[in-house]
Amino acid sequence: MAELFELHDIEVWDGNMAASHALRQAQVDVVAAYPITPSTPIVENYANFMANGYVDGEFVMAESEHGAMSCCIGASAAGGRVATATSSQGFALMLETLYSASGMRLPIVLNVVNRAIGAPLNVNGDHSDMYMGRDSGWIQIDCYNPQDAYDMNLVAFRVSEDHDIRLPAMVHQDGFMTSHTAQRVKTLADDVAYKFIGEFKPMNDMLDLDHPVTHGAQTEEDWHFEHKARQHHALMSAVLPKIQEAFDALKALTGRQYNIVESYNMDDADIAIVCMGTSVETAEEVSNELRAQGIKAGVVGIRIFRPFPLEQIADVLKGCKAIAALDRSSPNGTVGALFNELAGALFNTGTHAVLTNYIYGLGGRDLTKSSLHSIYRDLQANAEAGCPTTSLQQFTGLRGPKLSFF
Amino acid sequence: MVENGWDTFEIGTILRPFEGPASDVANILPEDRSYTKSNSFSVSVADWRIEKPLFNKEHCIDCQFCWIYCPDMSIISRDKKMIGIDYDHCKGCGICVEVCPTTPKSLLMFPEQKDEEAALSEWPKKEKKEAKEN
Repeated sequence: MAELFELHDIEVWDGNMAASHALRQAQVDVVAAYPITPSTPIVENYANFMANGYVDGEFVMAESEHGAMSCCIGASAAGGRVATATSSQGFALMLETLYSASGMRLPIVLNVVNRAIGAPLNVNGDHSDMYMGRDSGWIQIDCYNPQDAYDMNLVAFRVSEDHDIRLPAMVHQDGFMTSHTAQRVKTLADDVAYKFIGEFKPMNDMLDLDHPVTHGAQTEEDWHFEHKARQHHALMSAVLPKIQEAFDALKALTGRQYNIVESYNMDDADIAIVCMGTSVETAEEVSNELRAQGIKAGVVGIRIFRPFPLEQIADVLKGCKAIAALDRSSPNGTVGALFNELAGALFNTGTHAVLTNYIYGLGGRDLTKSSLHSIYRDLQANAEAGCPTTSLQQFTGLRGPKLSFF
Repeated sequence: MVENGWDTFEIGTILRPFEGPASDVANILPEDRSYTKSNSFSVSVADWRIEKPLFNKEHCIDCQFCWIYCPDMSIISRDKKMIGIDYDHCKGCGICVEVCPTTPKSLLMFPEQKDEEAALSEWPKKEKKEAKEN
């Protein structure tokens, strides 16, 4: 048996430590990893816990991220609770195996500490890796601070492993801004956290030798389509209700409330910024400053990126006159992904809101409050004019001449 | 299978090799096992083969090399006696012939359409040792 780890009610943890403790409390059977900045401390701390007797399980140092996720897939198919962590280029190397994990319906929890993807080589936080994973069939949950990183890991295990779901989940936090910034984190006792997640219940596990099963079979044009449809169906119909249920249970347990779509100052908002990660809290602060000036500014934070809560987002934004989609990933040839998502969500709703796109914060460039003020000023002008007064896509916080498109 | 749609089969890319539990399957002969339709045992791959191995009992010493080396478990052996070849699963790789230690070999490759009796009649003869004159 693993030893109990005595925690204070409030610990000072960075996002990585918060994730490590959540993994420890989940009593993961196998962690296979190839550590990469800025997610390294998650598995480093975890290995430390294991060496000191706080974890009953296996820790596998793989030869690459591709190998690490492949180990996770094998361990999960064998019937264990499995988790790992990665970032950036490592995530990119994992990408092929991510599709295997979701297609094989293996409930692996992957902590992605978001980091830019080179070239130029860069270790700091942006959302390039998170965006790269968005078609991979995984659940993607986004965290804004270390407390979220702790809570969302617990939620991820609980939802992912549910037999109605059986889909892997990524828990995203911003590299360095969340992962290396120590904040107060309210904790659960080990047994309470474990009970919240629940006992791991295997399904079609390979180690059930009385019922042998082949995993990862091949299908061609005959059945591939049906398998993918079934997987998409589970992601689309079963996941959000189960996440809501987990959020409700977490609220009953801790008082902390999470929502499928996080909204702040949105009830009567005329103008809204929609963003992800640590940007959400900065935008909230700016919206408060604007509210003090009588400007009806709100913020929408994406909590669940996949499955994308299309209807819930449209509902939150339905009264707005101008909306900005903030994308922290270079769209390389089109509008930002979040702009596309919001346009898709709003297009058939009869809204007359003006929607514009801002690319910001690449490679860890700070999103300043003055940038956000400037975006809100654009939005106010758009709202008053009833049409875009700027280009549809602008770069904000960029040095050199103003860059914009469309 | 035809009536199956996306919502009818088990999730994940899994196949079950046996109908029901398979706890004692190691002690049951292949022909008596409850293989499912999706088990590769239920599918013939005979048409992958261009050449087939034929077995000549006359020279076989039951060493079991062919049984051990066959990558498709297509050598049928009972009580450590070589019985024949499973032509539904043999892909004609020729490894059994390669590892056969007898002279002449007890297994030889022939064109797929070759008549077995004709093949046996053409089998190389055992060389008789002639006393060497000093």
